[in-house]
This record gives sequence, structure tokens and C-alpha cells, in this order.
Amino acid sequence: MNELSVRIPVPPPRGEVAAHRYAFAAAACGGLATAVRGVDVVMRASGALWIAGERALVVADLHLEKGSSYAARGQMLPPYDTRETLRRLAAEVAALAPKVVVLLGDTFHDRRAEGRLAADDAERLRALAVGRTLVWVVGNHDADGPQALPGETADDLALAGLILRHEPRAGVQPGELAGHLHPAAKVRAPRGTIRRRCFVTDGERAILPAFGAYAGGLNVRDPAFAGMFVRPPLAGALGPTNVRAIGWRRLAED
Amino acid sequence: MADASGLPSDLLPPAFQAWFARRGWSARAHQLEMVEKARQGRDALLIAPTGGGKTLAGFLPSLIELSQRPPANTPRGLHTIYISPLKALAVDVERNLGAPILEMGLPIVAESRTGDTGLSRRQRQRVKPPDILLTTPEQLALLCAWEGARGFFEDLSCVILDEIHTLHASKRGDLLALDLARLQALAPRMRRVGLSATVDDPEIIKTWMASHRGADSISSPPRSERERVGRGRLGDVGGDPARRGGASPHPPAGEAVGAALSLPSPSPASPGGEEAHGPRSIDLVRGPPGAEPIVDVLLSEGRVPWSGHTAQHAMAEVYEVIRRSRIALVFVNTRFQAEFAFQELWRLNEDALPIALHHGSLAAEQRRKVEAAMARGELRAVVCTSTLDLGIDWGDVDLVIQLASPKGASRMVQRIGRANHRLDEPSRALFVPANRFEMLECQAAREAIAENRLDGDPPRAGALDVLAQHVMGCAVSEPFDMIELYEEVRSAGPYRDLSWEDFEQVVDFVSTGGYALKTYDRFRRIVRLPDGRWKVRDLNVAQRHRLNVGAIVSPAMLSVRIASRRGQGGRKVGEVEEGMLEMLDPGDTFVFAGQVWELVGVTNLDVLVRPANHRDPKMPSWGGSKFALSTYLARRVRQLMFDEAHWTVLPDDVREWLEVQKERSLIVGEDEMLLETFPRGKRNFMVVYPFEGRLAHTTLAMLLTKRLERRGIGPLGFVCNDYAMAIWALNPMDRVDFDELFAEDMLGDDLEDWLHESFMMKRAFKGCAIIAGLIEKRFPGEQQKTGRQITFSTDLIYDVLRRHEPDHLLLRCARADAATGLIDVTRLSDMLARIKGRIRHAPLDHLSPFSVPILLEIGKERSPGQAGEMILAEAEADLIAEAVQ
Repeated sequence: MNELSVRIPVPPPRGEVAAHRYAFAAAACGGLATAVRGVDVVMRASGALWIAGERALVVADLHLEKGSSYAARGQMLPPYDTRETLRRLAAEVAALAPKVVVLLGDTFHDRRAEGRLAADDAERLRALAVGRTLVWVVGNHDADGPQALPGETADDLALAGLILRHEPRAGVQPGELAGHLHPAAKVRAPRGTIRRRCFVTDGERAILPAFGAYAGGLNVRDPAFAGMFVRPPLAGALGPTNVRAIGWRRLAED
Repeated sequence: MADASGLPSDLLPPAFQAWFARRGWSARAHQLEMVEKARQGRDALLIAPTGGGKTLAGFLPSLIELSQRPPANTPRGLHTIYISPLKALAVDVERNLGAPILEMGLPIVAESRTGDTGLSRRQRQRVKPPDILLTTPEQLALLCAWEGARGFFEDLSCVILDEIHTLHASKRGDLLALDLARLQALAPRMRRVGLSATVDDPEIIKTWMASHRGADSISSPPRSERERVGRGRLGDVGGDPARRGGASPHPPAGEAVGAALSLPSPSPASPGGEEAHGPRSIDLVRGPPGAEPIVDVLLSEGRVPWSGHTAQHAMAEVYEVIRRSRIALVFVNTRFQAEFAFQELWRLNEDALPIALHHGSLAAEQRRKVEAAMARGELRAVVCTSTLDLGIDWGDVDLVIQLASPKGASRMVQRIGRANHRLDEPSRALFVPANRFEMLECQAAREAIAENRLDGDPPRAGALDVLAQHVMGCAVSEPFDMIELYEEVRSAGPYRDLSWEDFEQVVDFVSTGGYALKTYDRFRRIVRLPDGRWKVRDLNVAQRHRLNVGAIVSPAMLSVRIASRRGQGGRKVGEVEEGMLEMLDPGDTFVFAGQVWELVGVTNLDVLVRPANHRDPKMPSWGGSKFALSTYLARRVRQLMFDEAHWTVLPDDVREWLEVQKERSLIVGEDEMLLETFPRGKRNFMVVYPFEGRLAHTTLAMLLTKRLERRGIGPLGFVCNDYAMAIWALNPMDRVDFDELFAEDMLGDDLEDWLHESFMMKRAFKGCAIIAGLIEKRFPGEQQKTGRQITFSTDLIYDVLRRHEPDHLLLRCARADAATGLIDVTRLSDMLARIKGRIRHAPLDHLSPFSVPILLEIGKERSPGQAGEMILAEAEADLIAEAVQ
């Protein structure tokens, strides 16, 4: 931990007494340490979430084989998105040595994506399950789960008192970790505008950024995020080596 | 009509002679010469100033031929196609052609076809083509990508390319040259006719427009290559690694360039063997020189300000000049300057003169209104940007005013040509310099124009992304043979040196994306037929190609709309580039379309505004000038500065400025570069004056900053304009070895490192990806998912491709584009070579007179380069500040 360690006093949500004030601190790895429903987590610059207490690494929305999905329709995007995504995931695994790796849904871009995997990419995926538990939480793009690849398949998963699922449920969901929405933060300044993938959390729940190389982003100011948070949430915007905590007021619409 | 030109007297048929006579005209020599060239079946380039009857000269041969056709029982195909860079010009020429056709009662149908042409007319034109079709390069590309292209064009006997000097040195020019080659292949009899304003070097345009087919058949793919292609190299998964190694069977591109001798093709299987036509040279026809323009420089009370770009100081006098003129065109270099000048003029407009505004951000409808009012003679002045550089003829304009720097002599000649489209009367122009360097530039431009010395665009090698689009278009039209298409493409001027390897890569790209990792073979967009030819896979791919044809890529545009009470978008006022908005927050006021607006908010693609009452809007700082000073004009400015005897032509205060500079610092020779170092406040400054334009200077500053960092100088910032660049640092720079600092090797690794991370490279990549068809502007039938707009940025594709296949075709294209356009490496590299061993260092105690203008710009700049992380860091700091309150 370094100099950046602050507690933000936030007004309690209307009609309720604030159970938590949310806290964040820069972690040594460049990530941002915070807590979701009292469970310590680190938002990593890669876009992965690290639950240290369980040694669990959570990544959402890999959208593997999105490139070939477009190619099948005649748009020849570079066929390297799967290996790029898996390369980054392997680097996180190497850095943290997790006991559990959770793929939080939409791991494949479509139902036929697994069949289009290049042999070496499939091998990279298999390697993830060696010596640790690999959990495929299924999402809307890959509802069937993997066909030939190792790992457990689940609709949702309880871990360390948190509930992990692909699509965030509407309304207040204390302790939920989800993906699906591909949150992105936009910040305007006199010198320019910047738009980055981000985590978004109010201390009660968290939504993870998409991890896939070709996954797009949805602005956190989009109505799709409305009604999910008990207080104005905090965005953890991904940079090349660190995660920046951005307050709600600085987040701009597209 | 016996004349001194030695032309046969029967060139004009009686009906045409009578028509000229009725109008009280006689055909001009260059018009007759064009008829003569047509008779001889020659390709011709006509160079003539505005007002010289250039367009008629281009059409006269076609009108004569068409008038003499025997009647036919079957419907006939297209005879002449005319290509204009502007839609409006095509429509205007349609109208102008109507006069002779109608008055002579000729049985000729001439019709325009642009993006605005209605569907039914376009469909009819395909079934029953007019005799003469007037259109744009983009529409031509579409017609060429139509299945019926061969039948549609096979009777074509003439193509006329208008305002060719504005087209040739661009991607649009590349695309047009390729389509010309296609037309020639479909209609071997077709003649090429070019029309151009005065240019310094007609050879460049001749080379661009000529057919180079057969010029150097030694570099056609040798037999072994043909056999390999015959086996279907593209069909081989993974290709042949030995070939990827680059063991080329060809002589290096360029060796065969300009081979004057046409060698017979060694192979009997030579493509187009039956139609064998050698390289065709273009005959040059020159119109009479126009009267020399009268160019004045406006000095407001004999003074020129130190800095600034708006010429605000002189606005009252500009207004006065407009009041005394019939109709004035007031040219500026940027949209911001246009808005600013328009506001200022209306503030002074006590006579309520009808003064209008015209620039690229205004809604098309609004621009059309201004143009129509202009054509009706209802306006006294139009403040405009390059949108009116070209365009339809407004006979009554009698004065062209250039506010602020002219940037190039040719551009100015083009603009000045907009005044007085009559050959025998001189055009009048007034330059209004906004600062002292601009004064020098105005003077240099004025002298260049008087000597008729112009600065043309250098020739360019055809871009491969454009070629990819063209190859797809060919496959959509009809199956192609790879070798035949290669020969056809190489007959186009910009692609005459195209190597077989590059061509093969482009075809591979079109088919599968051209990746080293061959996983997309089953998704091919073009497929091989049993006879070895290639055709588009299916109708869907074809339709999508047609939706995305064109070589103009504009930055993301947002519509500016008036907000309704419920905060929704109402009437559209115009469009702005996305970037402009980044400097405004809701509640801020800005000038647009000649009014002050308040920004209400931004929705997906709309900027919502409401009228504001402020008299002092917060100005959007829309950069300085859009155009770099031309290389030629920059040299003239340096010459002017060096030549003390010449200073007498300058106003007193500018001359004094130069004299004090000479006394306190240095005035250097034409081929030297002045470098000053001096302390100021707590900082140490280094200022150089290369005169190479803002882009080249910015690139230089980025690279120098890196080098100074490594030398422990601690650079803190820099600022650039078109003339100079200043860097400031913690430590003094007097002792730096400047020859080493400015050594040409900075264009090696330093440039690569910086370039790849820069937003300019990403922007260039996006442009290439759209043109080449990797990503699509438009999908047929695809709708925005309700309310959810997931932004899938090309930056993601760029990052992945760069890591996994850094030599991919599109990255090569992007690098080339960034190097020439966005960061001007070419110019920087020429400059570094020029000043090698010629840096004159003036160590000063104090700032110099020359450095004042550039130092005054500090703080007005924004550097989009590495700002991203800073912006996030600041936003985070905000949150922390909030926490500790």
C-alpha cells in the first residue's frame, strides 16, 4: 500500500443507513484494493478481479473467437484475439498462482466458437485447469458451457460470501460479482477525452470489465446500469499498468 | 477559321461554327486543338486558367462525335464519362452543357449521377445510359463494382477528368487511377482527357493519368510465377515459406521505371494480348495564360501584430474593402477562423450587407442555400474555408480576400481564380497577414504568384488499402484473372511500380484478411473458380462492398441539434468533429454556424445546443491552421529573410523586427537553420525556425524531447507553429552538441517507438481499415441495438494486430499514411538532411525578436499525445481532494 489510501465519506443512501463507506487503496501491483460487501478484493490493471482470501482469480467476458465469428460473416478481423486474451490471462495466473480461476460468462463469443478454436489456443485453455479449479460460469453467449474443455460449469457460484454470476440482477444485489455489461468509463478534461474499460462498484456489488481483446465497452452512465447501486458508484479505470479510481461526478456520458 | 495555329480549318462542323458565331464567339485555339487531338485518337491534358473555356474544350470533341453519329436501331451505350471532384460541379456542368446541346438541337443526352441522384433515375441510367454521364470518383467506383460494368462501359470512347490537379495526389486519386485502368480494359478505344488549372509540373499529372500498360513488360510475372499462381498459391494453406522469405523473382521495383522502350511481351499468354496497346503518352495542350492577378497585402494602419491567427486587428478594414466590392469571397484556413471572422464582420456590419458563412461543418442544406443565394447574386460576401476552393462558376465575384496565412502559392492561385472568371480581366486578391511571419509568407506568396512559380503536390505511390478496395470491386463486378488484373493495375500511374508481392498480398488480404495465421481460409470473401479466376463469394459480400465504397474517410462527426424542451434533438444545425467537443462542458458557450450556442449535452451522435445570449462566448480553440506551409513557399520565406536588400518591400515594423533580430541574434542563410538558446524565468529555452509546418515541427519536438531527456536536460514542454518550435527545460542547453541532437538517426528507433504508441498511428490505422474493407462504415440491415451502444474501437484491433503481426499489410499502410500525412516524417527527414552541419547557434541572454511570436503561443496549446494517463490521474486526484475536504 502506498500514499494513495483514502476513505471516502459518502452520504448514506436515502432511507437507509450506510452499512459501509467504500474504501480504496492503490495496491502494490498497480491495481486498486477495495472491498465488496466487506470482502477484500483487488481490481487488477488487466481487468481481472483478485479475491485474495480464496486465492481466486475472476475474469469476465473473454469473448473468445470473436474475430473468427466476424470472419465467418465476411469481416476479416485479425485472428489473434483468442491467443491475445489467453496470453494476458496466463500472465495473471503466473503472477498470482490462483487456486481457483473463474470465467464469469461469455467466455466464448458464440455457441460454435469452441469448435473454431485453434489447436494451440485450446491447449492454452486446458493448461488453465491444470493444478487448480477452473469454473465456467455460463452466460448468454455460451449458455451450454464448454463441450470438450476441462473445468466445472455453473450458472452461478458462491465464494467467500459473494455470489458470482454472469449477468447482474436488477435492483440492489449485495455481494454480487458480475460481468455482462462491459463497463467503460469516460473522462473529459480540457486537454482531451479518455474512454477506458473499468470496474464499477458501490462497495455492495461489483461489475467487472470485459477481459477479451476484442470486447467493446458500454459507458457506465448508460441506463443499463441504472438502479443497481445504493450510492453513486466508483469506477476503477484500467490503465496500462494501474487502475485509477474515478468518482461518479467525473464520469461523462458518451 | 484558317489560323496561325496550323490546325485544319474543318475541325468544327458547320453547326458548331454557326453556334459559336451566334454567340459572338470564335473557338479558341486550345479548344480546336482538343478537337484535333481527339481526331488523332490521342490522350490529352489541357492546362488552362479559370475562365478559359476549359470545360467546353474538354467536351467539344465528344459533342462533335455524337452529333455526327449515324442513327441506330439498337440502344447505344455510354459515349463519354466526365469525372469531377465535387458533386456540385458535376451538376453545374450538366446545366452548362445543356446550352450548346439545346441551342444546336443535338440529339445528345447528358445527365449527372451523384450520391444525391434519385433511385429511379439511377436505375434508369443503368438500363438506358445517357450519351454523356457526369459524375464523381466515388460513383465511378460504384459503377465499376457493378456486375453489369462490362456491358455498361464497352462503348465508352472518352473519359474527361476535371480539376485533375486537386485529385491526383490523394487516395481519391489512387482510386480514380485504378478505375481509369479498369475502364480502359473494358473499353480499349477509350481516350483520356484531363483538365487542370495551371500547375508547375504537368509531367506529374501526365504520368498519373497515362496508361502505362506494356511500358515495361519485363517485370510482368515470369512464367514460373504464372505457374505458381496457376497452382493457386492463395489456395495453399500457409503458403510457401520460401516465398514469404522474399526471394523475389522480379527486378526491384523502380528499376524499370520510365523505361521509354516498350518491349514486346515475352509470353504469348500475355494478358490483353489481343488488345495489345503499348504505353500511351499524353499530349499537352495549353490554354492562353490568363491576365496576371493583382495581389495586394493589407496593412492595418501600417502595422502587423506579433502573433495571432485571426487577423482581428484588420477586420474593420476588411469590412471596408467588402463594402467597396461587388462580391467578395473571404477565405480562411480553419472553421474556427471562419466562425470568428463571420462574427467580427457582422459586429461591424452597420450597413447590414448580406454576408454569409460557408464551411464543412455546416449542414449540407445550409451550404446549398448559401451557394444558391450566391448564384443569384444576392450576397455581398461569403466567409469560407477550402469548401469553396473549387466549385461552380460565380461570374460576379470581383475580389478574393485571404485572411491569415496563404500556406501555398498553388492554393492561392486556385482561390484567386474564384474571382472574375473572365480571361482578359485580372483577378483581384487581398492578403491579410495576421502576424509578422505571415507577413513574410504573404510577401513570398505574392512574388511566387507574380512569377507564376507554383508549388504542386509531389507524385505519390498508390496506397495498398485503396488497391484492396479496388480488387474487391473488380471481384464483385466479374471474375478476374490474377495476372491480368496485376497488369491492369500496373497500367495505372500511381501503381506502375507495384511489385507482384505486394499485389499478391493485397489479393490475399481481400480474400482472407491476409494473416500469417491461416485460419480464415474457409471464410474467403473471394473464391477461386475451376478456371482459376477469382470471384466474390456471395451476394451478401458484394452488397456490403458496395455500401462501403469510397476513399474519403472523415473523422467521427456528431450532429449539432437544437435541444427541445424535453431535452431531445430537434432541428439540425450542422456537424462537428468529435474532437472539437472535447473542449466543452455542458453550459459552455461557443460559436457555430454564425451564432452563439450553449452546450446542453451530448447524446449518442447528437450534440444538443440552445441559443445563448452571451456576447462573449467561450471560444473553442480549434487548433491553428489546417494546412502546412508548402515546402516551396517555406523556401521562399527563408530566401526573403536572408536577403536584406529585399526587406525594403516589407512594412516598417516588420523590417525593424528583422533588423533588431539581426542585431540581437542572427539572420541565417537560406540553407541554414537558426537555433537560439536563452534563459527566461526559471526555464531554459531552445527555439529553432525550420519553417516546415506545424506537423513536422511537432514530430521533431516529440523526438527531440526524448533525446534531451536521455541527455539529462530535463525538458518540460514544447510549443510549435508553422514557422518555429520552442522547447523549454530545467537545465541550460547551450552546451548540447546540436549537430548530434539533430542527427538524422532520430528517425530510426525513436520514431518507431513513439509512432506506434501515438494516437495518430491509431487514427491512420482506422482510416486504412475502413478503406480496405476490414471494418465497415455500414452494414446492410444492421440496426443499432436498442439504446445500447457498445463501442468496439479499432484501437483494440490495432493493438492485437501490432503485437501478433507487426508487418501486416494494413499496418504498413497506416505507417505510410502517418509518415506522410499526420506527422509529416517525409518533410522532417528532408529538413534534417538540409540542415546537417548547417545549424547556426545563437546563445543569448534574453529572448530574441523572432522568438516572441512562438513564446506567445505557450499555454494556448493542447497536446493530445500522452494526455490520457494525465487526465485519469487528475480525475483521481479530484476524488482524493473530495475525500480530504
